[in-house]
Amino acid sequence: MSKTVFPPSIKSRPVYGELEARAGSGHLMIADAEGAEAILDLAKSADAAFWAKAHIIYIPKDTGRKYSSQLEELGAGQYYAGPSYEAAQSRIRRALLDCHMGTQVYLTGTESLMGQAMAEATAAGIPHTAIQTEHRGSTARRMQCVHCKGITEDVTTDPFECSHCGLSLFVRDHYSRRLAAFQGVRVDAEDPGNIPEKVELFK
Amino acid sequence: MSAGTAKLNVTVAEVKPINDLVTRFKFVRTGGGDLPTFSGGAHTVVEMQDGDITRLNAYSLMSDPADRGAYMISVRRDDEGRGGSKFMHSQVKEGMEMVISNPVNLFSLDLRAKKHLMLAGGIGITPFIAQMHQLSMMGGQFELHYSVRNASLGTYAEDLEAKYPGKVNIYHDDQGEAIDLSTLLATQPLGTHVYVCGPKGMIEWVHGTSEDMGWPREAVHSEEFLAPASGKPFEVKCAVSNKVVQVGEHQSLLEALEAAGIDAPYLCRGGACGQCETNVIGYDGKFLHYDHWLTDEQKAGGKHIMPCVSRFEGKTLVLDR
Repeated sequence: MSKTVFPPSIKSRPVYGELEARAGSGHLMIADAEGAEAILDLAKSADAAFWAKAHIIYIPKDTGRKYSSQLEELGAGQYYAGPSYEAAQSRIRRALLDCHMGTQVYLTGTESLMGQAMAEATAAGIPHTAIQTEHRGSTARRMQCVHCKGITEDVTTDPFECSHCGLSLFVRDHYSRRLAAFQGVRVDAEDPGNIPEKVELFK
Repeated sequence: MSAGTAKLNVTVAEVKPINDLVTRFKFVRTGGGDLPTFSGGAHTVVEMQDGDITRLNAYSLMSDPADRGAYMISVRRDDEGRGGSKFMHSQVKEGMEMVISNPVNLFSLDLRAKKHLMLAGGIGITPFIAQMHQLSMMGGQFELHYSVRNASLGTYAEDLEAKYPGKVNIYHDDQGEAIDLSTLLATQPLGTHVYVCGPKGMIEWVHGTSEDMGWPREAVHSEEFLAPASGKPFEVKCAVSNKVVQVGEHQSLLEALEAAGIDAPYLCRGGACGQCETNVIGYDGKFLHYDHWLTDEQKAGGKHIMPCVSRFEGKTLVLDR
């Protein structure tokens, strides 16, 4: 699956680029699922010295072992594969704590992964404009219910039901970098019970 | 006129020679009262009435930003310069009334930084003195690396070492000491911002080295005020005001416009801020762009000029002023 083209939207909606190997004292790469393909593409233009300074944190999600062996063979100084973002989070925080200015951060895969890792990296002190991103794979969204504040992961339809309070929510492009989530607003607030049919917008 | 910068009438409260080249000036508000607050890194534009010539030079404020009773600047005498610093050293006396601009900050601290790494060369120390006052009041983390020609020209070096023990590192050129920039940049924790103020070569060295080492551009800050270069006299036609203005050998284009009564905007007068950017309507000749503002493309395009520092050689130049 190649990189995704998103339709133009409001300013708050994140946009993503294409990863490129840059000069740096270290390379922290955080990816999930098809994000592995972006790292493998970047590998075509990176040498062994680059990989010696690289730390790959990979969450395969439902791709299983499809990319694992190829990523392992890149020869990264450190390679970690974990079952979920939550499981990898403490490792991401530790990696950011240990690295110095000049470290390059590369994020690729789903918006949920990139958004959450971006929040960690900016909190650690890297300007968000200096962090590279490339979208690959599922366009399912991480949504925050503006009513109960609960987060629902992997939302593919509009509207959808909040996994916390059960309200039917309209999927907005309004995005929060702090929460790494799009905003979901009750779809039948004006006319309770009038809930439009679900449309599968994201895959 | 300078955008948004009302003038301040001040009285010189103290003139204190610091070493062979540097003198410190203290200004209080004429008639008493507080001066406006400023933030570390801000400068003021000092107006000097030197005979028929009005000189306007920008100097960094080096006093404590929390002290609204007085401003202090330090001026390094430049015998090769156009005369502003010589005027300050020879003509300005205690009790004299002067006009300065409100403070403007083009070199402010990025307060999102977790640590501030300051690199100063020579008189480039002055904005950092105000910034260190500000940071020590806020409990901010900082580290100064200050390169001086020799101990006797190490302006404020001893004071700063005494005031901020363990945070100030002095390097003496005459003893072969130099900032080990690559080690310094390689060992900074995430969230560090680097600031450099000093000679042009030092600023380019820091920008180049940090970029090669993968530092984000947003975390590297610099300030260099250019003195307007002298050059061949030239003539400029101003389309809006319908005036023809002669620019003298030691005069900047901006100064010539002001002398002709044309209302030209400015802020830094040193090619850094972009405020004076002027559209070129037509020209036949060659631009001498000296500013840090226009991109290389714009400089080659012949559509814009920064009158505060840049010049022109050729037959005709028509500006949108």
